[in-house]
Amino acid sequence: MNTASAPFDSALIPEGVKRCKLKWFLVWLGILNVPFMVGVAAYIVCWALALNQTYLNNNYPFGLWIAADLGVIALGGGAFFTGFLRYIIKIDELKNIVNFAVVVGVICYASALGILAVDIGQPLRGWHIFWHANVHSMLTEVAFCISCYFMVLCIEYLPLVLENRQINKLGFFHGMAHHLHGAMPAIAATGVFLSFFHQGSLGGVPGVLYGRPFAFREGFLVWPWTFFLFILSAMACGPCFTILITRITEGFARKKLVKRNVIDILARISGWLLAGYLVLKILDTVGWISWAGKVGAPLGSFYANQPYGYWVLITEIGIFGIIPCILLLVKATRQNESLLVVACLLNCAGIFMNRWIMTVQSLAVPVMSFDKFFSYHPNWAEWASTLMWVWLGAIVISLSYRYLPIFPQERELNPV
Amino acid sequence: MKEEHGHRPGKKTYKYGMVIDVDKCTGCGACMVACMAENNISFRKDETNKLVSNFWMRVYKITNGLPFPETDVSYIPRPCMQCEGHGHHHTPCVSVCPACATDYNHETGIVSQIPTRCFGCRYCMAACPYHVRVFNWWDPKWPKGMEKYLNPDVSPRMRGVVEKCTFCYHRFQRARNKAYAEGRRELHEDEYQTACTQACPAGAITFGDLDNPEHKVHKLKNTPGAFRLLEKLGTNPKVYYVSTRAWVRKAADVYIGEEGKGVTHP
Repeated sequence: MNTASAPFDSALIPEGVKRCKLKWFLVWLGILNVPFMVGVAAYIVCWALALNQTYLNNNYPFGLWIAADLGVIALGGGAFFTGFLRYIIKIDELKNIVNFAVVVGVICYASALGILAVDIGQPLRGWHIFWHANVHSMLTEVAFCISCYFMVLCIEYLPLVLENRQINKLGFFHGMAHHLHGAMPAIAATGVFLSFFHQGSLGGVPGVLYGRPFAFREGFLVWPWTFFLFILSAMACGPCFTILITRITEGFARKKLVKRNVIDILARISGWLLAGYLVLKILDTVGWISWAGKVGAPLGSFYANQPYGYWVLITEIGIFGIIPCILLLVKATRQNESLLVVACLLNCAGIFMNRWIMTVQSLAVPVMSFDKFFSYHPNWAEWASTLMWVWLGAIVISLSYRYLPIFPQERELNPV
Repeated sequence: MKEEHGHRPGKKTYKYGMVIDVDKCTGCGACMVACMAENNISFRKDETNKLVSNFWMRVYKITNGLPFPETDVSYIPRPCMQCEGHGHHHTPCVSVCPACATDYNHETGIVSQIPTRCFGCRYCMAACPYHVRVFNWWDPKWPKGMEKYLNPDVSPRMRGVVEKCTFCYHRFQRARNKAYAEGRRELHEDEYQTACTQACPAGAITFGDLDNPEHKVHKLKNTPGAFRLLEKLGTNPKVYYVSTRAWVRKAADVYIGEEGKGVTHP
């Protein structure tokens, strides 16, 4: 690196890679901080003045926050699934993206916990879920698994931080990073175990609501079918989200950071899993329509009120399901850069839509015949506090990219 | 599993429930007012947005949808259904609460709510198909001087927690204390009555032990024309309705299909 033009903080930047000047980096962080602070303001407003500052109401006790919670956890599924493929299945090429998948996972899970902190009416009593835990509740399982897995993700992220050029010079931290790397297969296996259960229990949250025929699903033992569908959909979508964020990071960095063959492996696996998910999802939908008919709820009654018409079902399974699945499975489209990004976008949008449907639309459908339909849309406080985590995520990725060796192939792809 | 949420043997238990004759209900709303006063339910100056209002008892107005002169109107008072659950399904709201802040009382069959344990996740609200549960979107704020008129037996709830009808459980506790003080273990029918039952000027609401043949509700729930809301979902409510009008019975259970087939009277 040419020291004359090296950034002021070059001593902290990994060796052999090029980064922009510190002042431009600070400008970039400053830009991200503006919408982030709007989100902070929304948090303060909701905490100080209570949840009457949102458009949530007694008909819609769940809104954008819960849908976003379920959504980001599915998107963050790339962390556990890439870890599973790398450390358990031993797909060696994935070592080149697993670090970044962990960073994305940490952000997603931190978002989920952070959003829950504003969503609950009495945030200071959040610990009641652990202290007074009801073992029958899917939400208890969610809380325990998310908290534990977030800790696992932090442990997975820690060696990356310790590998910072300056921190790594300290013998203790160097040794710690080394030993953590050695223990990574065991840590990843723990993460996979926890992740399976919490992705599933998130599916169980709507699936067990037998008072809501739109959400309720029969299942296997105590687990409704949505339990298994949520696991599979997170596995199918998580890698696509990792690819998408990698491509966005590459766009901002204006250089390639991960080799094409690595991306291709993830995209191909994602495509096959999405295909499997879609088959099961279609079977589940057919079974659900038949069950609902038996309790006297014709399919039309679920889609009678706009904006929740039949288009929702068609868009979720067709446009956001079958189309990205084909794009990911066909080699020619998968290897086309633009179509790959489109497929990943559609896949991620599909998962988000599914989580919205299973939570918000489930509440939108009137159950009693004399119930009225009311529509819901989030207000500024809900949007700002949710999107705050997107900006915070961008800040964390920016800092990680600048100071930590998260892309092992960067030096090879971009010789200085 | 059935024993777990059924009534426990070897102990004096009740199965409190309600029978509401909707043909008698005039929709006056006295039950709602009595409920609010009895249970210290908070209100705001502007209550135009009913989606954020607190009601433990709510009266729905339904019509048969026919043009004049065939138009017919009925009112459905809706307290908490105190669901017992059925088969492997527990009470919908109780099984989902992650913090055990709501409980099925095996002694009375009443579904309770513990506001000081609730942390406001609102999962129970999502689970309840009857919209019985309401959230405190605001801190309770009483008009000046009204604090002196609050019911000392019922704690007002703070913002950020869920609340619901408890069949005036504090009245049960008071009646039981009195009975114990008098050396009795059994409550008479008139010793424990809910505020809405006593306030109804038309006598449309009857309250008592559904399992006790001496209580009026025991007989009333078996009268022809008795039905429950959303019977086919299997929530197994303890609130029954009676109407001689077929369209009312049909409207009560959107899933009923064949009229009368859904009522099982377990």
